[in-house]
Amino acid sequence: MTEIFGIPIQAFMGQLMLGLVNGSFYAMLSLGLAVIFGLLGIVNFAHGALYMIGAYVAWFILEQFGLNYWFALVIAPIVVGALGVVIERTLLRHLYKLDPIYGLLLTFGLALIAEGIFREQFGVSGQSYPVPEALQGATNLGFMVLPNYRAWVVFASLLICLGTWVLIEKTRLGATLRAGTENPRLVQAFGINVPMMVMFTYAGGAALAAIAGVLAAPVIQVTPLMGSNLIIVVFAVVVIGGMGSILGSILTGLALGLVEGLTKVFYPEASSIVVFVVMAIVLMIRPAGLFGKEK
Amino acid sequence: MNLPTQTRNARLVWAAVFALLVIAPFIGLYPIFMMKALCFAIFACAFNLLLGFTGLLSFGHAAFLGSAAYATGWLVRSAGWSPELGILVGVLLAAALGGVVGLIAIRRQGIYFAMITLAMAQMIYFVCLQMPFTGGEDGLQGVPRGKLFGLVPLNSDIAMYYLVLAVFVAVFLFILRIVHSPYGQVLKAIRENEPRAISLGYDVDRYKLLAFVLSTALAGLAGSLKTTVLGFATLTDVHWSLSGEVILMTLLGGLGTFAGPVVGAFTIIGLQNFLADRVGSWVTVIIGAIFVICVIAFRRGFVGELIAWQQRRKA
Repeated sequence: MTEIFGIPIQAFMGQLMLGLVNGSFYAMLSLGLAVIFGLLGIVNFAHGALYMIGAYVAWFILEQFGLNYWFALVIAPIVVGALGVVIERTLLRHLYKLDPIYGLLLTFGLALIAEGIFREQFGVSGQSYPVPEALQGATNLGFMVLPNYRAWVVFASLLICLGTWVLIEKTRLGATLRAGTENPRLVQAFGINVPMMVMFTYAGGAALAAIAGVLAAPVIQVTPLMGSNLIIVVFAVVVIGGMGSILGSILTGLALGLVEGLTKVFYPEASSIVVFVVMAIVLMIRPAGLFGKEK
Repeated sequence: MNLPTQTRNARLVWAAVFALLVIAPFIGLYPIFMMKALCFAIFACAFNLLLGFTGLLSFGHAAFLGSAAYATGWLVRSAGWSPELGILVGVLLAAALGGVVGLIAIRRQGIYFAMITLAMAQMIYFVCLQMPFTGGEDGLQGVPRGKLFGLVPLNSDIAMYYLVLAVFVAVFLFILRIVHSPYGQVLKAIRENEPRAISLGYDVDRYKLLAFVLSTALAGLAGSLKTTVLGFATLTDVHWSLSGEVILMTLLGGLGTFAGPVVGAFTIIGLQNFLADRVGSWVTVIIGAIFVICVIAFRRGFVGELIAWQQRRKA
């Protein structure tokens, strides 16, 4: 069989793989958003900007210092995580008692600032980032030729997502974190430094976004606008999945990537809006989202 | 209610502002700038009806302004319609889109409402990007102003200015009327305490949906009028950054005040005009910084601070 629904199986599987790659980014970013929202009550609009900065850090240290991809995977999350600490300490902490819309607006402002600065420094046109040597080439699976890097992206992000899940659901630290989400005052009364925990949660979410940025750098053009284009889709993903469950956001992210890939095969014109259409349908049927709980 | 409209001084201020707007073209204020600012003031007032008086944060209002701008632009330029009919259809389209988006968005509350409207607006943006009649990246250019009701040629900036001013005043009074009506009081109740409003027997979803449709229709009016004034409609009009800007105008001027959005719109449009040739793409950074400062330290906005200051003085 060389065709599937009249489409060459190579092209079909290729698009599906690309969808899975995009889905991994949706999963990583919506995971970070969900964790931050859980503890801080802030919808982090700057998440896309942090992802973009992560990709630029990778590009910058390669250009300036010749530090390769593997260094970038370590350095970018540290740099962006540190930036997250600064943002949380200086700005976000003033907002915890206010209506959550102010958190959204403040982080929106931060995203504009970041985007403007990077556009001024690096221009609107993209920078390309090379695929690391060890991951170049492709593997012939018989029914399709799988580019190694794409396989790595899916593998690595699944690993990171599952790692985060284990950390939050199965460890003592995670238990404290979840308790903090439920009732911060009580957790504080047990002698746990909640403000510190909140700070590291935001930094952790930011670092996660940066890793996604580094992983994305070789498959897309690194541009100042890459974050804001993605974050709106990720918002839709979060609405579809519901922010209640971590595994839920991972699954929703991957599934929507696949849906997008399939749409690219059968009706490419609609591929940029299909996620929003799915969101509208889910809201009509299950307003709380697929994995969310009705409050 | 402690609204400035009720004090005698405030009335004098209103009269002075109105007189200033009437004589504006004759005292050297650039009419194109004034018209653009007035269009965005209509936009911000429409947005404030939703956020300030109903408590719903729409993060996708540009989609309604933009689609009306495209509709009017296409009808007047390519179909040869008269401006008033083009504007009417633009408003109806924005209201219809508002009805659909509103129905979906009111299924969730609070911050989710904002995320859903943003996502739906992005969908409308992509549709505008791909539809053949919107001109894609170039947008619709060279839309003629035409003759109002086939009688008044709008080519002169003076005639156009007074039309925009008349529409602005009508919209302003309309919103004033809505907010002070029994319907507006219910909206306020929903903003303050939605579960309470439900328990009092109000069909909250219907009230919210109507507020959303009214607001999007007025946003569409602003878009249609803007296209008529400037002669073009582009992707900027439907982009999320404009949805962000209208939030900033309302916040900076004063959320939930009548004059606030107008002050905010003039400030932001003026600032953009002033900065455009001087700082290039730093404009985005400056707008972002104002956002951050507003949220951290200036949540009442100009007019809100003024009202608070007056109340402190009285007390």
